[in-house]
Amino acid sequence: MISLAQMAMAAGFILILIGFYGALTQRNLLRMIVAFTIADTGVNIVLVAVGHMRGRTAPILDVAVPAADAVARVIDPVPQALVLTAIVIGLGVTALMLAYALKLHARKHTLDIAKMTELKW
Amino acid sequence: MVAPISTLTTRQTTRQTHMIKRAIALLLLFAVGTLFASLLLGYVPDSELNHTARYYAERTAGDVGAANIVTAIVVTYRGLDTLGEVTVLFISAAIVGLVLAQDRLPSDAPRQPRVPVSELLSTGSRALTPLILLLGVYVFVNGHLTPGGGFQGGAIVASGMLLLLLADPLKQFSHQLISVLESLSGLLFVGIGVLGVLLAGGFLDNRLLPIGTLGELFSAGVIPVIYSLIGLKVGAEFSSMLASLSETEET
Repeated sequence: MISLAQMAMAAGFILILIGFYGALTQRNLLRMIVAFTIADTGVNIVLVAVGHMRGRTAPILDVAVPAADAVARVIDPVPQALVLTAIVIGLGVTALMLAYALKLHARKHTLDIAKMTELKW
Repeated sequence: MVAPISTLTTRQTTRQTHMIKRAIALLLLFAVGTLFASLLLGYVPDSELNHTARYYAERTAGDVGAANIVTAIVVTYRGLDTLGEVTVLFISAAIVGLVLAQDRLPSDAPRQPRVPVSELLSTGSRALTPLILLLGVYVFVNGHLTPGGGFQGGAIVASGMLLLLLADPLKQFSHQLISVLESLSGLLFVGIGVLGVLLAGGFLDNRLLPIGTLGELFSAGVIPVIYSLIGLKVGAEFSSMLASLSETEET
């Protein structure tokens, strides 16, 4: 029996692999950036899936989850806090990559990574 | 006769190197994939909360008073990390502005939209933008009670700005207003943290204000204040990134 968390984790790992494949094989900078964001999403899904526990609910205290028996009722809140950070940092990194891609395009009039040979030897 | 043959061979060699590169990439992916598969197959979900999570689940209601445990961790227990995160975001927004600054058009230069904006989009954006901004504010003010918080609310506010930009690509946001808003909320965030050292238990301690009743809007000490400041700051940073990207000269 495959649990929900394992399915989500498998989906996350597959997304990471798709992202890596795209980043390694694509030559267009924009496509590489898209590939990186796909891998980023995969990592986040895996992290959230690690914190999931069967038969428990979200870590928010209310009528359904009184503070007294929160320990027995909620899932692990730490990966969720971690992923919240990771999403924001991922967005910052994506914006930086896009800005550099724009700059490179302004200078070289191409987005083909094979044409950028300054650091090649 | 010689020239076509040589172009043929170079094309063949480029195709060969392309094939080799793809094969290496697939091999690498296979290795990483087996690693992931072994992780996945050996994964046994916890049935009990681990030590750290148990601490947070037990203590949040009494210590912090926030209904949302994730918010309690992000803003209070690990508030210093959040300050670092906000700093990273600030730096990346600053670098985006710096990198694109030289290509930016002067604000009085005549600019022509490439495609006329559709009636539907321009009318829709006028109706939706205030609602989106309101939703963003709601999400970051209620960060300690509901799923949401400063980062999510800030992103929603910035998406309202994105809608404005889509409806009117030539729109100019006031960079001065954005930077004043951003630095002010950042300074207040750090200032509240330092006040926590002086008046309460430590840096970014939320017990500057009374903790109040669990589940009410005015509860959890300064968490709603800090998360609102983070929301404003994140919204301003994302908006400034959007503005920098949209104002860049097209070449």
